[in-house]
Amino acid sequence: MTTAELIRMSRIIRSDILTMIHKAGSGHPGGSLSAADIMTALYFGDIIHVDPEHPNWEDRDRFILSKGHVAPVLYSVLARKGFFPATELWTLRKLGSILQGHPHREFTPGLDCSSGSLGQGLSISNGLAVAFKKQNRNNRVYCLLGDGELQEGQVWEAVMTAAQHKLDNLCAIVDYNHVQLDGTTEEIKDLGNLAAKFHDFGWNVIQLDGHDMEQITAAFRMAEAYKGKPTVLIAETVKGKGVSFMENDCNWHGNTPVEEQLKQALREINGADDE
Amino acid sequence: MNKKVPMRDGYGKALLELCEKRNDVMVLDADVAKSTRTVWIRDRYPEKFMDMGIAEQDMVGTAAGMALAGMTPFVSTYGVFLSGRAWDQIRTTVCYNNLNVKLAGAHAGISVGPDGATHQALEDVALMRVLPKMTVIVPCDAEETRKAALAMAERKGPCFIRFGREAVPVVTGEETPFEIGKARLCREGTDVTVFANGAMVYEALQAAESLTEEGISVQVIDMHTVKPLDEESVIRATEETGCIVTAEEHQIAGGLGSAVAECLVRNHPVPVEMVGTEDTFGESGKPEELMCKYGLTAEHIAEKVRKALSRK
Repeated sequence: MTTAELIRMSRIIRSDILTMIHKAGSGHPGGSLSAADIMTALYFGDIIHVDPEHPNWEDRDRFILSKGHVAPVLYSVLARKGFFPATELWTLRKLGSILQGHPHREFTPGLDCSSGSLGQGLSISNGLAVAFKKQNRNNRVYCLLGDGELQEGQVWEAVMTAAQHKLDNLCAIVDYNHVQLDGTTEEIKDLGNLAAKFHDFGWNVIQLDGHDMEQITAAFRMAEAYKGKPTVLIAETVKGKGVSFMENDCNWHGNTPVEEQLKQALREINGADDE
Repeated sequence: MNKKVPMRDGYGKALLELCEKRNDVMVLDADVAKSTRTVWIRDRYPEKFMDMGIAEQDMVGTAAGMALAGMTPFVSTYGVFLSGRAWDQIRTTVCYNNLNVKLAGAHAGISVGPDGATHQALEDVALMRVLPKMTVIVPCDAEETRKAALAMAERKGPCFIRFGREAVPVVTGEETPFEIGKARLCREGTDVTVFANGAMVYEALQAAESLTEEGISVQVIDMHTVKPLDEESVIRATEETGCIVTAEEHQIAGGLGSAVAECLVRNHPVPVEMVGTEDTFGESGKPEELMCKYGLTAEHIAEKVRKALSRK
């Protein structure tokens, strides 16, 4: 996709996220919206190699959603990629749905791992990356982490493991939106100089604007080209990005837009004519 | 007199056999490779060994990733830290994904001795038994540990095995059958059945021997698999003898005793007595002193046998 096409797709993804959470009556819009451009670029910018016709294709790249609560953005991307019909999106969180509140691998085509308890995805990604090296396979592994999630100690255990084993087939992405459930990361448990932390732990660090499609796709390509160390993309993002009343507000971490709010949000994302 | 061998030697032997035969096996440890015997893999098959450092949660997560890529990882550390510290990782990442991760909790039970309560896993079986998809195995000696570890490698899905630190008498041989989920009859008897696992199998056999002098005929069954429980064997034995004693080097709450009792109250209620630790932590001491103080010897089993019989 061209950059313009990616931007158009990101609007569809954002609209899906808000509509599915509205229909579900619960879910996490803030972090889904902040990750929407990263996820769009990853799946539609010719970065991750997957095949919707063969979701279990052995040589596919893998994606681990460590911040499992932003399942809506992943579900929307998988549906729009063609892993399952988009109509399934409107069953989110309902009894019998293939789309659980937090991802369940055995239910959803295209999903590589269940997640929902924070701080675990990077370890899982490391295990995949080690295995692929042992198996002499070229698959790459992508792992999306939240910034609040970095308060979990296991993340830093995994950061050390990835560096120790020089997992250059691994690319972690931090959705650095600065807001968690109870407030800002700065006021709750400050992450300090995140780039310096990863750098000191032995990672290749790329800092970027997580809402700039060209920067995101370029960063993914730089990560793939970099050898000898794992790469982390520290993506500066805005929680609730694209919806004025949700942006930078921790109250929209896990809140549901009512009818009127949904209408306004979709207007802001798509322009008035799309209503 | 039976030869005494630590069960972890059986675990190490099984891993050597597996690494020799299979390309998909990986062995992970958290800085206790000498204790768990995974050091044997490190020395012989270094490409199949990863020391994850002192990071149990990361170790379990890494193993999960390996399993997602089609490998069969064996994860080894002390039972306390594996089952407790990494419980959420085992629950949500290993079991919820239904992954082929094999967990080995070493130095389990009170017989760890002088290290004291922090290192004595008396809750691990309970913690693992409540997890959907999980298989829980408590072998009775080094040879059964070897067979159990080999069987775990063949079984699909999450498995947990726990074994102690000390050398314990070997009561099974190379020819003794072992199948996950199938209880093993060790000794025929007609008055009472003792369901035991781990090091308590030998103690139960000693108790049964001594009770013959009192004219009491004791059936001893090795319940090496706590989950899935061989309910058919439990019910059949109960129908034969009419009263039950369970024996485990673990707290009574949530362990083998609980599993057997849950089966019997629903199917065939009879008097049940339980040998195991009460609602308490252990403490430092020599293994044999602790087994004695915390009620985990042949004499304690014999006492419970008499009590169960009196309630019949």
